[in-house]
Amino acid sequence: MAVSGLVFIGFVLSHMYGNLKALSGELAFNEYAEHLRTLGEPLLPYSGLLWIIRVGLIVSLVVHVGSAVVLARRAHAARPVKYANRKYKNSSFSSRTMRWGGLTILVFLIWHLLNFTIVKINPAGGETNNPYRLMVDTFDLWWMTLIYLAAMAALALHLHHGTFSALQTLGLTNTAAARSRARAAGWVLAVVVAGGFSLVPIFTLLGVIS
Amino acid sequence: MRLTLKIWRQQNASAPGAMKTYDLDGVSTDMSFLEMLDVLNEQLQSQGEEPVAFDHDCREGICGSCSLMINGQAHGPEVTTTCQLHMRSFKDGDTITVEPWRAAGFPVVKDLVVDRSAFDRIIQAGGFISANTGSAPEANSVPAPRDKAMRAFDVATCIGCGACVASCPNGSASLFMGAKITHLGELPQGQPERYSRVVDMVAQHDAEGFGGCTNIGECAAACPKGIPLDVISQLNRDLRDALRQGR
Repeated sequence: MAVSGLVFIGFVLSHMYGNLKALSGELAFNEYAEHLRTLGEPLLPYSGLLWIIRVGLIVSLVVHVGSAVVLARRAHAARPVKYANRKYKNSSFSSRTMRWGGLTILVFLIWHLLNFTIVKINPAGGETNNPYRLMVDTFDLWWMTLIYLAAMAALALHLHHGTFSALQTLGLTNTAAARSRARAAGWVLAVVVAGGFSLVPIFTLLGVIS
Repeated sequence: MRLTLKIWRQQNASAPGAMKTYDLDGVSTDMSFLEMLDVLNEQLQSQGEEPVAFDHDCREGICGSCSLMINGQAHGPEVTTTCQLHMRSFKDGDTITVEPWRAAGFPVVKDLVVDRSAFDRIIQAGGFISANTGSAPEANSVPAPRDKAMRAFDVATCIGCGACVASCPNGSASLFMGAKITHLGELPQGQPERYSRVVDMVAQHDAEGFGGCTNIGECAAACPKGIPLDVISQLNRDLRDALRQGR
């Protein structure tokens, strides 16, 4: 769970960086998208490195979801009779919503891949072979932007607890200071990643990116 | 004080249980929570009803016998054991729900009493050091660094009450295990069995039906002895080292 989670943290950071290329205009964004496919050439074939990364991400996803299912089942079995009255003393909202948040991100991921990668659905009905235009057409629709922002809120919550939890699971938070640093890292990643991702849809809707 | 108590009543391990409501008058704010239950039981007995069964022993916060989920919190609203919780923490007219620890590893014996021998079996699996009998060795022949000794002492305060399991949304006993593993692992005497200890204790923990830890942190907040969450990190680190050594 922790290791696959760290793979995803690396992925969302680099994905967010790529998205921010949209702020530099159509040419920079599309060049970046093409560059991802030619990276590693001529040693690797066209899209070769991209597929190596994709396979790594798919394996991480299977491991991550698989671990989550095992943990959820164990938790369910460990408390057969629920409490009639339950109060939480000192746990973050994010830590208690990891399962629902994760499910939200998974559903979003399916739509996101259909939208931009597998099928390339242009909800506005425009062209689909130009990554930049597909993105602008999508986020020009206020409800699409809203769906993406909601998904980023779920991602922020997931990262907030997930980062700390991964470090704790890997045994790297053995002192109170290390624990505070791990929690701070969770906050920073949540704000930077979700904030960075949200800039592009918001700027597109506001007309800064067009 | 006048209180309305909603208490879990269950005849035995196999019988179905239910919450029952009782009115109790004349409760003093100086009573401990258990003394309040004693008063309730006297009232019940005078009415010819069966008293509420609950665990208790030392009543001074050191034995770990008392339990109780009070208004949805393990050992109630204060960070202490139920025997050291006083009725001044409640208000006149309050409704208080009292439930047993809820965990597959802690089956209900009767009413509010649960069987916590799963913890004993986890300790038997690895929560010990092997020492030769005979005369005690010279204490100064085994130096223990002060910071490590202090950490060991701090986490050795775990009384095994089970509040960590009761309050954990996953029903995990990782804080309890982590406390034992940190306590013994920080001291020189605990080194020979350090890595077999963590593997054996975790295996027993899982076999007892406790859940997996997702680092939510309710356990450390509920712990009457203030065992911090970093003992779970220590547990994970020792487990990682043990697995790397192929244990």
